[in-house]
Amino acid sequence: MIVWRRSAPLSRKADSPWTCVYHQPFAESPVPSMSHAARVVFPAHRLEVEGLVAERGERLLIQDLGFSLAGGELLQVAGRNGAGKTSLLRILCGLSRPLEGRICWDGVPVQRREEGPTAHLAYLGHTNALKDELSGEENLRIQSALQGRRLGRDEAWEVLGRMGLGGHEDLPVKFLSQGQKRRVALARLLLVRRPLWILDEPFAALDVQVIEVLRSALEAHLAANGMIILTTHQAVPIQGRQHTLTLGKAS
Amino acid sequence: MNGLATALFTLLRRDLILALRRRQDALVVLGFFVVVVSLFPLGVGPDPQLLRSMAPGVLWVSALLATMLSLERLFSDDFRDGSLEQILLAPQPLSLMVMSKILAHWLITGLPLVLISPLLGMQLNLDGTEILTLMAALLLGTPILSLVGAIGAALTLGLRGGGVLISLLILPLYVPALVLGAGAVDAVMYGSSAQAHLSLMAALLILTLLLAPWAIAAALRIMSD
Repeated sequence: MIVWRRSAPLSRKADSPWTCVYHQPFAESPVPSMSHAARVVFPAHRLEVEGLVAERGERLLIQDLGFSLAGGELLQVAGRNGAGKTSLLRILCGLSRPLEGRICWDGVPVQRREEGPTAHLAYLGHTNALKDELSGEENLRIQSALQGRRLGRDEAWEVLGRMGLGGHEDLPVKFLSQGQKRRVALARLLLVRRPLWILDEPFAALDVQVIEVLRSALEAHLAANGMIILTTHQAVPIQGRQHTLTLGKAS
Repeated sequence: MNGLATALFTLLRRDLILALRRRQDALVVLGFFVVVVSLFPLGVGPDPQLLRSMAPGVLWVSALLATMLSLERLFSDDFRDGSLEQILLAPQPLSLMVMSKILAHWLITGLPLVLISPLLGMQLNLDGTEILTLMAALLLGTPILSLVGAIGAALTLGLRGGGVLISLLILPLYVPALVLGAGAVDAVMYGSSAQAHLSLMAALLILTLLLAPWAIAAALRIMSD
């Protein structure tokens, strides 16, 4: 594994504070090896969804949907625009409430779990949930602490380095490109160490290199017995057990 | 418990750091307060007795309006960049997380109003004990403004023209704080004790502390659904 890191953190008080950072060519960033995820192997979990009914603005989007997912499996939610893919993901996260139906984690309805209804999942939506004024490192450490896991500076730097953001760790996120911001958001997924990842259009607007980064992260997560539910319009070749759920077939 | 304390402290620290890196937000509120209070002598004339009798009301109404200015951004920034979703998904109770955010909001916007009020009190010809009463009333009252205002901010989350709606929703709810706060200074001015007003204000603060976090948490869940 190559860990590519600047030797000393860049001082914000330097004369021209940020420009020099950009001199490090982006192409030098290595495609990260995701061997770290193999260190964390999740115990066998099971996600079960039964009889899910959801509506959006009085229109019935999802009717009597049920599926189950075990560790190491990926579920791709497909469907045309407006079929309810994002709504389904938000329901699975607990951000929206279904009209009817049950979502069980290891056989227990998520609302009745002792650890809290969302303690088993990490969600990456359309937005990156990053604060522009904070650096990548600060964003990661804050997000991680909000999820109840305190994170050391070294660990944050290591993961950012692995995501190919070495040399950008202490740069305010507003100076990063869209793809780089997405990488920081993906680093958050790796750090919170939740068995279930729910990803909304994770491949949208990413360049080839970042897609490769994400693909290897997803494969490593599946290899570590994690679960992934994602929506995407692209076919992404991911090694592992996969299912596809197509919404709105009727119309 | 440890995770909870970490999360609450982190959220408080995050909001304070963000306010430090975006100072204009807090300064606008403070500047607005100073400017509005300073405009009154220009409008009603420089009669010291008149200014003195108007001072409690002027200071309190200005404090209300200044707080309104800051409310719109209380949750909307987090809502826009997706941080709010992550806060909703955190395993910690949302009502406590909300308290952390409101404490940060009060430290950034409420406390500076309290600290600068003696200067403005002097400008409006208040004397020593009246200024002390004013500060005490603002110290008890500005947290109420933040807490009640946060309910409005949560209820108008993601709506177009949310700022105007917050004012319409929340300003009527500020009436008790306004009456008690201005009344406390008035009482001292006319020679009686402000204790009754301040005690009622403290009771109001405790009541708001108990009820507002649940209302805010529920509103946030509904509005981000």
